[in-house]
Amino acid sequence: MTWTSIGSLCDIPRRGARCVATPQGKIAVFRTADDQVFAIEDHCPHKGGPLSQGIVHGAAVTCPLHNWVISLETGRALGADEGSVRTIPVRIEGERLFIALDALASKAA
Amino acid sequence: MSEKLVIIGNGMAPGRMLEHLLEGAPDRYAVTIFNAEPRVNYDRIMLSPVLSGEKEFEEIVIHGDGWYIKHGITLYKGHRIVAIDRDARTVTSDHGVTESYDRLVIATGSVPFIIPVPGKGLPGVLSYRDLDDVNAMLLAAQSRAKAIVIGGGLLGLEAAAGLKERGMEVTVLHVMPTLMERQLDPAAGYLLQKAVEARGIKVMTRANTKAIVGNGKVEGVELMDGTTIPATLVVMAVGIRPNIALAKDAGLEVNRGIVVDDRMQTSDPAIMALGECAEVGGHVYGLVAPLYEMARVAAAGLTDGEDRRFVHSDTPTKLKVTGIDLYSLGDFADGDDREEIILRDASAGIYKRVVLQDNRIIGTVLFGETADGAWFNDLKKKATDISEMRDTLIFGQAFQGGASSDPLAAVAALADDAEICGCNGVGKGKITGAITGKGLTGLDDVRAHTKASASCGSCTGLVEQLLKLTLGEAYNPAALQPMCGCTSLGHDDVRRLIKAKGLKTIPAIMQELEWKTSCGCAKCRPALNYYLVCDWPDQYADDYQSRFINERVHANIQKDGTYSVVPRMWGGVTSAGELRAIADVVDKFRIPTVKVTGGQRIDMLGIRKEDLPAVWADLGKAGFVSGHAYAKGLRTVKTCVGSDWCRFGTQDSTGLGIRIEKFMWGSWTPAKVKMAVSGCPRNCAEATCKDVGVVCVDSGYEIHFAGAAGLDIKGTEVLGLVKTEDEALEVIVALVQMYREQARYLERIYKWAKRVGTAEIKKQVLDDVEKRRAYFERFVFSQKFAQVDPWSERVSGKDKHEFRPLASVGFAEAAE
Repeated sequence: MTWTSIGSLCDIPRRGARCVATPQGKIAVFRTADDQVFAIEDHCPHKGGPLSQGIVHGAAVTCPLHNWVISLETGRALGADEGSVRTIPVRIEGERLFIALDALASKAA
Repeated sequence: MSEKLVIIGNGMAPGRMLEHLLEGAPDRYAVTIFNAEPRVNYDRIMLSPVLSGEKEFEEIVIHGDGWYIKHGITLYKGHRIVAIDRDARTVTSDHGVTESYDRLVIATGSVPFIIPVPGKGLPGVLSYRDLDDVNAMLLAAQSRAKAIVIGGGLLGLEAAAGLKERGMEVTVLHVMPTLMERQLDPAAGYLLQKAVEARGIKVMTRANTKAIVGNGKVEGVELMDGTTIPATLVVMAVGIRPNIALAKDAGLEVNRGIVVDDRMQTSDPAIMALGECAEVGGHVYGLVAPLYEMARVAAAGLTDGEDRRFVHSDTPTKLKVTGIDLYSLGDFADGDDREEIILRDASAGIYKRVVLQDNRIIGTVLFGETADGAWFNDLKKKATDISEMRDTLIFGQAFQGGASSDPLAAVAALADDAEICGCNGVGKGKITGAITGKGLTGLDDVRAHTKASASCGSCTGLVEQLLKLTLGEAYNPAALQPMCGCTSLGHDDVRRLIKAKGLKTIPAIMQELEWKTSCGCAKCRPALNYYLVCDWPDQYADDYQSRFINERVHANIQKDGTYSVVPRMWGGVTSAGELRAIADVVDKFRIPTVKVTGGQRIDMLGIRKEDLPAVWADLGKAGFVSGHAYAKGLRTVKTCVGSDWCRFGTQDSTGLGIRIEKFMWGSWTPAKVKMAVSGCPRNCAEATCKDVGVVCVDSGYEIHFAGAAGLDIKGTEVLGLVKTEDEALEVIVALVQMYREQARYLERIYKWAKRVGTAEIKKQVLDDVEKRRAYFERFVFSQKFAQVDPWSERVSGKDKHEFRPLASVGFAEAAE
């Protein structure tokens, strides 16, 4: 597993998200109110909405297009909706954030 | 001919007596009431929630004016009886009204005890007894200055909590070593003091007041030990005395109270007394349950019905301060012939003590967890021998006989005669009987039919569980729609509590209103953020993470994740320069679609998020600001060309539209607001299906509102006709401000107006010029903070992170 540096914790607002551009598409990196960090594909399983643009609450995000709620921990849709997005491993070292990009690439392959 | 019944006093006890009387013998008496307070009968125990802002006065009225009219009762409001002539059988009021009686009921209640210290009469010294006192306290609280409450009993603590909620700095002075020492043992008194102090109220025990000091008005309280505590408001809540002066003057037998027998009869056979002024069997009473029992007894006596006698019983005490749970009952003093069982859980702040004598409960003090109070009370009343369950008694009913800790099961396990509502003495069987017998379906029904939970409300949870238990799936609790799954409160309650409790941040709301989730959800957070922006425009820092993406990046998200941009064109008027600038932007950023909107604007669609600041920079150079086409806020004011060009135009509709838009742009509202101004009744700007519309006529400006042309189609309602453009602007602004302050988040004007009623809106923003002005000024104040172009802010670098990726990774390897 290769860890790639993507920036530091303070680059992401609490209860917010930033995007990381990759050849496989955008990854949304979320920071929760209690400073947990999660990375998932920036692509809602419903109609492909940019999850990074949604409202973050607890460890979930509400998609801005049609209000699906996606768990940041599992990538699965919560409530009555069904579907999931891929999650990407994140590591926090001090303030620095790393993601394991090869996980995404190998799955994509 | 019916006999004449005269009642002196219109508090809760005589009010309840009348209800029983009207049930038992509706036509027997011609009833006249003299009330020294200038108002109808209300629930005095709910004054504390009125003081703290959790309830309005209208919500605690028991009998409105209509009730007296319906029952043919004459009510003299603001008449104090000054004399009773027992020989002539007449009473005379301070306004000179004399009324004769066959039967007289004295219910003069009590007067607050004022400690006889120097300065007790200074302006700013209040007691806590009636609505006038509450209003005076609310007025004083506006200063947000310092208040002192003398007396750490039930009333004093409720007053202190209320004043604190209203923003005052409060100190409680209590002469005894622990709070509420008559109802609580020292351990619970200590926990109570900690809980009170945790709310930011200062408590001084063993504080003996020497004098109230001040020059012409209250400036502070001096204690026996020489210290002086500054304050502009002093509330004395040290106890009450039965109000017996009138009865004494009339020669009736009095002691501490007016002496009555167990049928509420005074020493004069034509006169009864009840309520806090009455003394029966050597006791006087201040809690509502025995007073209501007196009402029942007195009504029975007046109708010569059943021979009902008053029997003394202990009444539990509960404190009505939200978030402090306290229950005390009976006798809990130590004694050689007594045993006690105690449970303490320091981390949870729980203390429970049950006092036993001969294996029977004689007293209970519960703090922090009071759900078992009713059960302990039941065991005490029935003098149940508890030796069998002694080991688990203190853990409560749920731990007996292997019953589960499910509250519903606990209620199900209660005996039919177990008391549910202490105030009104209503047992479980009566409630379940009424539910099945009368087909009741909700809490209000139960309150109406049985009076259970209709007084202090602390048994509401139990009654709801009984409804659930009796009706099963058919019980649909409350038509009240909670805001979302994070709370059981509805939007209106939340808005009211934000103001009443002075909540100024989202975490403060979630903490104080006991949100069930740690940081809300996508439904409640934007609503709370709006309410705070609206209510505290100068103090609240907008929480962008609680805004929907469109309002966070000031553009409209599209299905493919790109954005659309709509620059503001005031009143729908544009120019060659503006059009040229738009054309240049479209070319430069290869914007795929350009479209004219229904609100007379130009929409550029398909812009990548990263390009937004650059697009805005170019538009800004041509003088454009954000068109807020994405906002729950003022969108567009559509106009026709009016008297400038049109041969039918009666007024300058274009000019007025531009003026309104320039005045109101940037304001946030509960849902989007679209307006239009038409220059004549031909209405080319389609003003009669807008949230707010103006139709110009020869004689002035007809103001319309509450139209819709979306999911619902609805023509506007006419608010009224005004003569000048200035007046039109003021009315429209006031209307929108009223809507901003009252509506629920995402509720359009037409839905809000349907709830509030056109007449009420008209009254407030058209007829009542003062109120209109106040709304107008609050809007103007709020605009100082709202009217900032979000696009130029972002061109200057605000929220840079929004428009850039955090990183780009992996591309080098991909290229190889």
